[in-house]
Amino acid sequence: MRAKRIITDTACHILLAILSFIWVLPIFYVVLTSFREESGSYKSYIWPRGFTLDNYINLFHGNNNVNFSRWFMNTLIIAIFSTLLSAFFVLCVSYVMSRLRFKMRKTFMNIALVLGMFPGFMSMIAVYYILKGLGLLETGVLKQVALVLVYSGGAGLGFYMAKGFFDTIPKTIDEAAYIDGATKWDTFVKITVPLSKPIITYTLITAFMGPWVDYIFAKVIMGNETPYYTIAIGLWTMLEQEYVEYYYTQFYAGCVIISIPIAILFLLTQKCYVEGVSGAVKG
Amino acid sequence: MGIFKKKIQPVYSKPGDASVSQAFKNGNAMTKLSFFVFGLGNIANRQIVRGLIFLAIEIAYFIYLVSFGIGALGDFITLGTVEQGQVYNEALGIYEYSAGDDSMLCLLYGVITLVLTAAAVFVGCMSGKSAYCTQFRKEKGMSIPSFKDDIRSLTEENLHAFLLAFPIFGILCFTIVPLIFMILIAFTSYDHEHQPPGNLFTWVGLENFKSMFSQGSKLAATFWPVLSWTLIWAVVATVTCYILGLLLALLINRKGTRAKGFWRFMFVLSVAVPQFVTLLSMRTIFNANGPVNVLFREFGMIGATESIPFFTNPLYAKITIICINIWIGVPFTMLSTTGILQNIPGELYEAAKIDGASAPTIFRKITLPYMLFVMTPNLITSFTGNINNFNVIFLLSGGGPDSLDYYYAGKTDLLVTWLYRLTITQKDYNLGAVIGILVFIILATVSLLTYRRTGSYKDEGAFQ
Repeated sequence: MRAKRIITDTACHILLAILSFIWVLPIFYVVLTSFREESGSYKSYIWPRGFTLDNYINLFHGNNNVNFSRWFMNTLIIAIFSTLLSAFFVLCVSYVMSRLRFKMRKTFMNIALVLGMFPGFMSMIAVYYILKGLGLLETGVLKQVALVLVYSGGAGLGFYMAKGFFDTIPKTIDEAAYIDGATKWDTFVKITVPLSKPIITYTLITAFMGPWVDYIFAKVIMGNETPYYTIAIGLWTMLEQEYVEYYYTQFYAGCVIISIPIAILFLLTQKCYVEGVSGAVKG
Repeated sequence: MGIFKKKIQPVYSKPGDASVSQAFKNGNAMTKLSFFVFGLGNIANRQIVRGLIFLAIEIAYFIYLVSFGIGALGDFITLGTVEQGQVYNEALGIYEYSAGDDSMLCLLYGVITLVLTAAAVFVGCMSGKSAYCTQFRKEKGMSIPSFKDDIRSLTEENLHAFLLAFPIFGILCFTIVPLIFMILIAFTSYDHEHQPPGNLFTWVGLENFKSMFSQGSKLAATFWPVLSWTLIWAVVATVTCYILGLLLALLINRKGTRAKGFWRFMFVLSVAVPQFVTLLSMRTIFNANGPVNVLFREFGMIGATESIPFFTNPLYAKITIICINIWIGVPFTMLSTTGILQNIPGELYEAAKIDGASAPTIFRKITLPYMLFVMTPNLITSFTGNINNFNVIFLLSGGGPDSLDYYYAGKTDLLVTWLYRLTITQKDYNLGAVIGILVFIILATVSLLTYRRTGSYKDEGAFQ
């Protein structure tokens, strides 16, 4: 019996080792290639002949075509603004849906559900023309404003997660505040928001990561304005036919650089997610 | 508690709960008139500011309508009549373009005018209701709220209006108006041959839907294979990721496994990397000259110049994409199921062991039903997410390998990536819109049907 258990245990560990090897291998390859000394794209061998940090250094001394630090700043600015805007929208809507009762509440929630079923970028072309009509596609900077609006405009529809969290905050706390003479606005700002740190962090971080990983909207709106690109389209450009020979290793260096902060943020959201799902105050 | 609430929240507008039709029926002449001359009832009862705001909205709407809106509505019906033409300018001796109507803008402005009209009707109803409120309060001898009270009510019983105003405006501009616009485009002839401003397009009714489904047309010959691949893909991707992820979570969570945190971390690592980075690097890794093919060559499994057509052979491409998707999706499932697995009551397992059940039986009879019960909503979401999984297909294979039998689609194109190609590359906006509507219909039916049949919907307490 004991021998059998040892055999299954070892088998399980070996299986896990093989699996995690498969899962880590591509990541390892990305990191490995980012340090490769030889330029050019595909090689007939895997282990680099020499190692260098130049790929990373060159990223930040790029010419007009590949201006990594500029793309990085673009994305950062767009991400910050759209985070603030969309977190505000999400918190407002989810608080209203969770706490306040009014006539159109059910209707609004059903509409949100139905709207979520249309493919997101089906409306992309129309959004493009609306932005054009508003004159927001004239210059690169305005296009960035447009991108912020696109990322945060419809954010109010993604209220389900935060609403679920607000639902777990006991109503009795709110009622105690009403008795003390607080208005509903006061209760929202002074009681609900401070109690909701995990879900606010979660909302903020998910909104923040959006612009870093979105490709389609950014591409459609930015078109050929390379200096105003975000990271995602920038990296995509580096793999295009005319660039791939020069920028192949730099592409991987760029991937590593932006993966690190995003990975840290992601691990943070996981922590907040668990806290958020398990509820706010036990009451 | 109810008593306290009433004391603290002064009742501003008790009859505010009355429906619009009730307000119209029970209101006096002044109230009824307020439905057409906004704010009249309020002004008459000395709620000057509130009344003036209503009136200003109405005036602004009518100015818009007269100066622009009526023309826009007319153009909306015809979608433009004057085609862009060339006029010979004798003085300069050249042909000049004469400005024609832009059908695209006609449609857009038409939609905007319709939305504004709906908003104006809504404000009209509000005005009537507000007048009825005031009338009601006056008849009952209650105090009439001043403008200051109105403002204060925004932090109290009208807080929802205050908080929802901006988000709804955003949703209206960036989700609803574009959506209405695209749905309407499905009924026009806005394809690559009718590109404004050079050409006009018109309403064609259900023509586009007919050509999508008509026997023998190239479109139908593309639509059905793409649809079936989309469904196969969604089912396979969801099921494989779910089952394998669950097994992985079980493997890590079983009693004998050591260093659980370490194993979990190894898999979470691949989730934490941004998806487009993984996808783009996977594309290069499986390239004809990428490291995987190099590896096969070095081991002598294929010739030195041969390569396995991971993305160029239709069947291989489909398998490759599903495998890569497993690589991406399994750690996700592992993460989300770990917590739920730990919640399964231990007694269930002990009882099963006493009865002599083997490990596979326990998995089939206890773990899987329990997990399915808890996670069906998640499964539905990931199924619909996979139908719309643009990124994986677009960044990996780009829908390729292309097929000549298809109308601008490749063998691994999903409906959404085909939609992307039709609109962005091919500029057949009407066909793209038709596909968008069809995807919506599929998603809506799938989610409604499955959700209503699940245990977690019918019988909420089965496992409690």
